[in-house]
Amino acid sequence: MLMQTEETEIQTTANDQPGNVVLRIHHLYKSFGSNKVLVDFHLDVIRGESLVVLGKSGSGKSVLIKCIIGLLEPDEGDIEIFGESISAMTAEALDKIRARVGFLFQSNALYDSMTVRENLEFPLRRHWIQVSQQEINDMILQALDDVGLAHTIDMMPAELSGGMRKRIALARTLILKPEIILYDEPTTGLDPITSREIIQLMMDIQDKYNTTSVIISHDMNCVRTASDRVVVLVDGRCYALGTFEELSRSQDEKVKQFFA
Amino acid sequence: MNLSPNLKSFLNEAGDIARFTGRFFSQTIRPRFEWNEFIRQCFVIGYLSLPLVGLTAFIMGLVLTMQLRPSMVDYGVESQLPAIVGIAIVREIGPVITALIFAGKIGSSIGAELGSMKVTEQIDAMEVSGTNPFKYLVVTRVLAATFMLPVLVLLGDSISLYGSYLGVNVKGSTSFYLFWMQVFDNLSFSDVLPAFVKSFFFGFAVGIVGCYKGYNSMKGTEGVGRSANSAVVLSSILIFIIDLLAVQITDALGIN
Ligand SMILES: Nc1ncnc2c1ncn2[C@@H]1O[C@H](COP(=O)(O)OP(=O)(O)OP(=O)(O)O)[C@@H](O)[C@H]1O
Ligand SMILES: [Mg+2]
Repeated sequence: MLMQTEETEIQTTANDQPGNVVLRIHHLYKSFGSNKVLVDFHLDVIRGESLVVLGKSGSGKSVLIKCIIGLLEPDEGDIEIFGESISAMTAEALDKIRARVGFLFQSNALYDSMTVRENLEFPLRRHWIQVSQQEINDMILQALDDVGLAHTIDMMPAELSGGMRKRIALARTLILKPEIILYDEPTTGLDPITSREIIQLMMDIQDKYNTTSVIISHDMNCVRTASDRVVVLVDGRCYALGTFEELSRSQDEKVKQFFA
Repeated sequence: MNLSPNLKSFLNEAGDIARFTGRFFSQTIRPRFEWNEFIRQCFVIGYLSLPLVGLTAFIMGLVLTMQLRPSMVDYGVESQLPAIVGIAIVREIGPVITALIFAGKIGSSIGAELGSMKVTEQIDAMEVSGTNPFKYLVVTRVLAATFMLPVLVLLGDSISLYGSYLGVNVKGSTSFYLFWMQVFDNLSFSDVLPAFVKSFFFGFAVGIVGCYKGYNSMKGTEGVGRSANSAVVLSSILIFIIDLLAVQITDALGIN
């Protein structure tokens, strides 16, 4: 286990054969006014792994993944996805990258004015993918089947329970078969049974489609089951990095409080 | 500088709205116009407002006529009733009342809709789904409001005048044909055109203010309510300000 960013770099470069790093966050700075949220944040994510970002509420986890997908612009630093820097990209190129990176919003962000079917259809149509209506219907059914909610296809989001909404949001993220999925607190606000189901679903998806996952969470159950590696975000920095086992044995005060 | 905080926040907001309007124009001229969404919004904003606009316009025409009659009778110019009402409705009351109703219905619904989309991250979700949310949500709604309000004003004016025709017949009697002859004999192109042109500006103001308030909504359900509310208040004030400017301009140009 490593405690300093400099050492972090050494560690990640160690198992980094070129092409294996799908997402590289390079010395990222982001502040809102005088509120410094991210300070020199550095992280490499390796293809096929499942990486959990741990941090207190308000520590900037959502800000971090919104920077990754280009919803927020970092003040300084660089983000490379599939080896391309997103800050220099045109809007069209960024859209192409976004079609390959799924984002599960903390608040689900289902479109309330659309049915479940239209919600799932939206990213397919909007990414200007050339497919027939028949193929679109099949993809929608497939995605709903993956999350076990095929019967809700003509319902409105308001008619669904919290757990169902999370699954539909997950289906909408999955429908483009993304290579990387960013999960923003996938189990927050759900009961323990439902959150276990969601975690299981995430792991099934990871196996089935061989995706890379970046999961933001402070649900220890989720961290334990779903993580290959864990990053602890403290004071805007990548404070510690290691496997769940390594970090849970840590003697460091700031790390220990998460595993207490 | 020593500005009071109120004045400062007012100026800040005016600057923000100006920037938002600038962004609207620069996004509108960029390619890939969202035709489907624009047409859907024209339906929602225009067609679905028709019953409300029609009802209020009808009642207004009827009541205005009935209330004007006693004075007209006193002056012995009862026969001029259709002409007077026609001018009042077409030049001022029709556009302004329709625009205010429109601000209440459409301004608040755009403010609330975009506000709740903002706070529940639906706007961000659109952005990561290969959509420019400003073009998809704002440009379409503002243009739909701009083009639908003048249509509603024309329809509202006609319904109002029909109400007025019934109003004339409550205590007097005039034929349908005679009524319309009297109205149109006294209306000239210079009465209709400025009123029609200013309705575009009214519609634009309602659209841009509703979108601005919604798009910049504060987190939380309270923020959404406040967006809807302040969208109506601000767009109603703007309607009167535009009305005031319009009359100065037509006056200066000698169209009267
Ligand atoms: N758009 C914004 N404008 C201003 N400040 C912001 C904005 N977004 C986030 N912040 C600030 O950044 C900090 C981190 O917020 P963030 O949402 O990333 O927290 P988080 O780690 O995701 O917390 P939670 O676990 O509660 O979701 C907070 O102090 C927040 O006030
Ligand atoms: Mg968050």
